[in-house]
Amino acid sequence: MNETSDLIKAYLGKKDKGKNDSPSFIKKILGNGNIGDFIFERLTLLFALLVFLLVLFMGWQMYSNSLLSIKKFGFHFLANSTWDPVSETFGALPIIFGTVVSSFLGLLIAVPLGISVAVFLSEVSPNWLEKPLSFLTELLAGIPSVIYGLWGIFVLVPWLRDIVEPFLQNEFPNSPLFQGATYGFGMLAAVIILAIMVLPIISSISRDILKSVPDSQREAAYALGATKWEVTKIVLGNAKSGLLGAIMLGLGRAIGETMAVTMVIGNSPKISSSLFDPGYTMASVLANEFTEATSDLYINALIELALVLFIITIIINILARLLVWSTERKWKLNPI
Amino acid sequence: MEIKSNMKNFNYYRRKSTNYFMISISFLSALVTLIPLIFIFYYTISKGIANLNLNFFTKLPTPVGESGGGMVNAIVGTLILIGIGGGVGIPVGILSGTYLSEFGHNKFGFLVRFLTDVLSGIPSIVVGVVAYTLVVLPMKHFSALAGGIALAILMIPTITRTTEEMIKLVPQSYREAGLALGIPKWKTTISIVLKTAWKGIATGILLGLSRAAGETAPLLFTTLGNRFWSTNVFQPIASLTVYIYEYSTSPFKDWNDQAWTAALVLILLISVLSLTFRIITRSKYKS
Amino acid sequence: MFENQLNNISIGQPDKIKDEKIKISINDLSSYFGKTKVIKNISLNIPEKKVVAIIGPSGCGKSTFLRSLNRMHEVVGGTITGSIYLDGEDIMKSDPVYLRRKVGMVFQKPNPFPTMSIFNNVVAGLKLNGFHNKKILSEIVEKSLRQAALWDEVKDILHRSGAEISGGQQQRLCIARTIAINPEVILMDEPASALDPISTTKIEELIFELKKEFTIVIVTHNMQQAARVSDYTAFFYVGELVEYSDTKKMFVAPGKKQTEDYITGRFG
Repeated sequence: MNETSDLIKAYLGKKDKGKNDSPSFIKKILGNGNIGDFIFERLTLLFALLVFLLVLFMGWQMYSNSLLSIKKFGFHFLANSTWDPVSETFGALPIIFGTVVSSFLGLLIAVPLGISVAVFLSEVSPNWLEKPLSFLTELLAGIPSVIYGLWGIFVLVPWLRDIVEPFLQNEFPNSPLFQGATYGFGMLAAVIILAIMVLPIISSISRDILKSVPDSQREAAYALGATKWEVTKIVLGNAKSGLLGAIMLGLGRAIGETMAVTMVIGNSPKISSSLFDPGYTMASVLANEFTEATSDLYINALIELALVLFIITIIINILARLLVWSTERKWKLNPI
Repeated sequence: MEIKSNMKNFNYYRRKSTNYFMISISFLSALVTLIPLIFIFYYTISKGIANLNLNFFTKLPTPVGESGGGMVNAIVGTLILIGIGGGVGIPVGILSGTYLSEFGHNKFGFLVRFLTDVLSGIPSIVVGVVAYTLVVLPMKHFSALAGGIALAILMIPTITRTTEEMIKLVPQSYREAGLALGIPKWKTTISIVLKTAWKGIATGILLGLSRAAGETAPLLFTTLGNRFWSTNVFQPIASLTVYIYEYSTSPFKDWNDQAWTAALVLILLISVLSLTFRIITRSKYKS
Repeated sequence: MFENQLNNISIGQPDKIKDEKIKISINDLSSYFGKTKVIKNISLNIPEKKVVAIIGPSGCGKSTFLRSLNRMHEVVGGTITGSIYLDGEDIMKSDPVYLRRKVGMVFQKPNPFPTMSIFNNVVAGLKLNGFHNKKILSEIVEKSLRQAALWDEVKDILHRSGAEISGGQQQRLCIARTIAINPEVILMDEPASALDPISTTKIEELIFELKKEFTIVIVTHNMQQAARVSDYTAFFYVGELVEYSDTKKMFVAPGKKQTEDYITGRFG
């Protein structure tokens, strides 16, 4: 019996002795710490640093590869409304217009629906229904973008072309929104696809935010005789900034959404008031033209476009995260 | 007295009906959300199943006009791409997530956490452009490697944050027990903490992999696509998603049909991945 | 001020302790979390192969004091001033990993590793330090589990998860795990407070056996437990050492009024 304990002592003792013999320069840094710990912490730190630098590096990489275009066009890149690869004039205004319009209109549909779904999941639905419904909305968010596009081309576009667009044109013949030929491909199709794709994101983040509002808030309202809807209004009021964050995360996703939009928007850089006309977004320009770009200036202009898209989505995401964090943290710091 | 109670009743019924109205609206919107899901699954299955046969998994694509053929190169290509992405993204994600949870209770940790969340919101096509400038431009040709690196960058935020969250769930008492046994901190973290959190981390990894499998935009000008058999990571490679894009936007009916089949196969591939992670997570809270 | 110092000297040395071999010597120990001083200038000696109980109302710094003895206070972000000597060696100057192999710890809540079998739990400290001789490991498992009075109950289920046995068994498994690396001192932080009365009795009997081989410091809020298991008792109050003496003397004829009030249940 004692033999084994002596053996352990000898074994562990020897190991420690070895450790004390580590080179003096390491000892100097470590004090009396452990060399493995020292390496491990630095190693994980290195990778965390890598993630940190990645974001900065991405920006730098795009900047340094679009200098030709940045120098030639300067600020006009954003203000000029001609995007013409043949004459090598690159103005991104119509593309930015298309991006902004498609995203905002998409959100106009997705936000009320998404928050309403979140209310249902968090406040109304019984437990047995909530789980499968949440799973299905997350499934919707997990479908690859290119499959939405596929569905858009072969199901949504024909439906718009044959039924919806002629109907709208008949009903509102003078509206500037519904002018021109009805191809199906165009802004309207992109808006609908974007709404469908952004909806699950908004609803699942909003649901998490509503759930982070403590039950004591609801109970207080119920105790005053409020109905479920009145209680929900109070909860929504409490979660306002977080919901705004969820909406902005949706906006970020809509602005950067590529495949599905590229496949249905019609891909033409013009500014038009009609929803039936084709449009273009920053992401779809990149998807469409990058492999066709031959001249250096053209490629530089496309990379600059990616840089603009990068900066816009970063700003939106920073604001969105701050809003979401502030709400969730509010209840963590002051649990009532 | 009578008037008062009438008032009360009026108010009561009005409030009640508003209540039911709003609740019904929220229920209806939940139903509306599910409609596209049903549509997409219905079309993908019904249109995709027609060409789903053994050839699809064993043969190469045929030239325009010839029917038949398959997409074995794209299936293998997709697997190779998520393999490269995972090979780079998983270690980075796990190690940085470990840093955030075990050492990152400082300003730097906060910043990394924040930037990781921001990174997850950057459009995948932008990541594709970065991979293009990073790999394709210096190597002067398109390659599977470039696409794999783009996918790795896209996976990192998911894996980092899941790892952090899962490690945080491991009770502090396990760490203390390990340290009190005279086990160095790094070994305690790897052999006890990471091992305890492993199933949760695996969930994050599989989530990252299945999302990467469905990415198209970052592959368009990195892997380019390839109609022939290639497993060389320094050459252009085929992938299911790029095929779906090309075939669905082509004017040939034959190719359009095959795009649906490729979509079905892609969904099956992702389902197999998610099913695996559901099985893994189910046994998680057994003890 | 002067009086306080005098007190420290006299209470740091219970009468009988002069005849004992001192294992741990603590001098003027103070402990801080941030700027809050949790322990205030404590000096006391811990004799070898005896049980020293630390009692006092909750929040009096008992656990913090205990954790300082194997530098586990660093894990939760505390700092200390003063000195602690183990066999004449300053523990603040040694590698904490090395120190903790000599000074093991059993925690309030049983915390066996859920991903490891009972067998692997016992030898976790050895295996994770690279010791892999199967034959010797099984010897150690049997020996440690016997010492922890758990062998008969688990010898047929050694492959099962450490989290599958009852709470009392889990705590004895944690004790077996601690003694498997053959420490010299075992620190116990309210080891029975999360357990039922029967398991508590078992742990107490176990402590009585273990002191033949190990020096034991036990923190407890249960005064009867302190009276039953310990040779010496220290009474802490708001971070200060009020009294340190032979357990019998402490409970029969406490030297200070504060101690008497606490023991007789007038406060705390």
